[in-house]
Amino acid sequence: MKIVVAIKQVLERDAQVRIDTAGTWIDESGYQYEMNEPDAYALEEALQLREAQGGEVIVVSAGPERVGTTIREALAKGADRAIHILCDDFGARDALGVARLLAAAIQPENPALILTGLQSEDLGYGQTGVILAELLGLPHASLILHVEITGTGLKVKRELEEGWFQFVELPTPAVLTIQSGGNKLRYATLMGIKRAKSKETRLVAAAELATDSIPVVRLEQVSLPRKQKSTQILTGTPQEATAALVEKLKFEVRVL
Amino acid sequence: MSGIFVVMEQQKGCISSISWEALAAGQQLGTQLGQSVCTVLVGAQTGELANEFTGKPLGRVVCVEHPLLGQYTADGFTLALHQLVQSEAPAYVIFPHTYQVRDYAPALAARMGQVLIGDVVEIGEGPIFKRQLLQGRMDGVYRPTGNGPCFLSVQSGAFHPAQTEGNASSIQDTTSVVPQTSHDECRALAPVSVFTPILDPAQIRTSPGEPFRDAVQTVDLGSAQLIVSVGRGIKDAGNIPLVAELATALGAELAASRPICDQGWLPAERQVGSSGHTVSPKLYLAIGISGAIQHLVGMKGSQCIVAINKDPDAPIFEVADYGIVGDLFEVVPALTAAVKAAKQ
Repeated sequence: MKIVVAIKQVLERDAQVRIDTAGTWIDESGYQYEMNEPDAYALEEALQLREAQGGEVIVVSAGPERVGTTIREALAKGADRAIHILCDDFGARDALGVARLLAAAIQPENPALILTGLQSEDLGYGQTGVILAELLGLPHASLILHVEITGTGLKVKRELEEGWFQFVELPTPAVLTIQSGGNKLRYATLMGIKRAKSKETRLVAAAELATDSIPVVRLEQVSLPRKQKSTQILTGTPQEATAALVEKLKFEVRVL
Repeated sequence: MSGIFVVMEQQKGCISSISWEALAAGQQLGTQLGQSVCTVLVGAQTGELANEFTGKPLGRVVCVEHPLLGQYTADGFTLALHQLVQSEAPAYVIFPHTYQVRDYAPALAARMGQVLIGDVVEIGEGPIFKRQLLQGRMDGVYRPTGNGPCFLSVQSGAFHPAQTEGNASSIQDTTSVVPQTSHDECRALAPVSVFTPILDPAQIRTSPGEPFRDAVQTVDLGSAQLIVSVGRGIKDAGNIPLVAELATALGAELAASRPICDQGWLPAERQVGSSGHTVSPKLYLAIGISGAIQHLVGMKGSQCIVAINKDPDAPIFEVADYGIVGDLFEVVPALTAAVKAAKQ
């Protein structure tokens, strides 16, 4: 089975947020970047399917040159080859603009299955997989924890809210957005890192894909969140702070 | 293009509470723009649901009905609502931000060359729409710049249905929607009409099964009065006993954020957040939890929230009543000792 996994490189988790002078995004200098965690789960699902069924896993990622490190990580974990859509205006594109790029790069591959994480940890739109399916004219299922290949297509376990699940059956080719936690993530082995160096990463300039990039939704301004509650910060040594907290829990919250 | 459509969602045969919040957002936008608000129900039979509007001073109600809409599918809902939006040309279509909406609304918007602005927490003059970025560490203001209908979904808890005052100006239009339209026998105050989309079974490519729960629930977080909850900050499964001991000292239930359950460090039934439980205890003590939106929606209704985190900028402090900024590996043992001492 030929599987394409769309992965995104995102800002390291818990990085201190510094807003740029224009107030339209963060000041990107000096940050570390990593693979979007839900996409890592999508990659893991793809690798396990290939190990069980045979086939090929191709990762595709859009973004500037730095995205190469995340692509190499995916190759080191076991993906067979990669497509890097080189795109310096990535941040200016809306969800549809990005999905159009991915769709144009994926379409010629004609995969049986396209996987991606359910959402990104930076923008958190949670739309790329669903829009991809729409653009490619394929059926989809979202928030998937487990994928089973059946005689007629796929049987997938979909997460619903508040601890409920359902099985959904759908034909291939299809697009699935993968929820985290369905599998254990693997680490790249030394051997994997060595092998990745000889694997193919095809660079495609975004302009070559000739997709419409005019956004219909614009992120106009960013700011640090304002507090919804006035938090009382208890200071001092751990002993002092916790003693103060116990006082609050006893006399104000009245739970002790 | 004018008017605001709010697509309500049902849960166990009733309109879900977050749908009323979406309606409140629609009414706020309607007042701001001087546009009418129309409530949309989708299903095989929606008469019962439409009865929930009885006595409420709402604008128009449109019931999108078809036998193929009895069970939710992305294909069915996208096709049906696409036909409705094309036929009615509203300026705004608002959804509650639920798993179901996330499954089809992005496709519906894309089919019309538009992009859903998801998880909106605030509507400003313009209109502009605020949503959270970087897992709640930054806010972003979005402006629609397309020429089609603008699609939005609103975050749980962001708009208050108590403010769902009727938009009197909108209780006017009683005209039929399309030729197939017939008046429903519902006795709602609002004029209710039925829209019948043209759907073919072959267009529905997925077949969904019945919802189920994974395992027998051994803990009832929903009714717990005290909850100690642990997040990524705990670093390793071997450190869980540290917080378990605090929970025991307090007589609290132990809970966790999603990553802890994903790793298998605590069972999924102890997970709080949009994909786990929604809790509202007297005390919610969040340890090493940064406070991503998905977690906050599950616990922000707690009466008192205490956060212990090494990062003073962690979003959890935006909702916390009390906070201790520090290393949980020092603070938690000290707190356990202090609680034990106080209980003696």
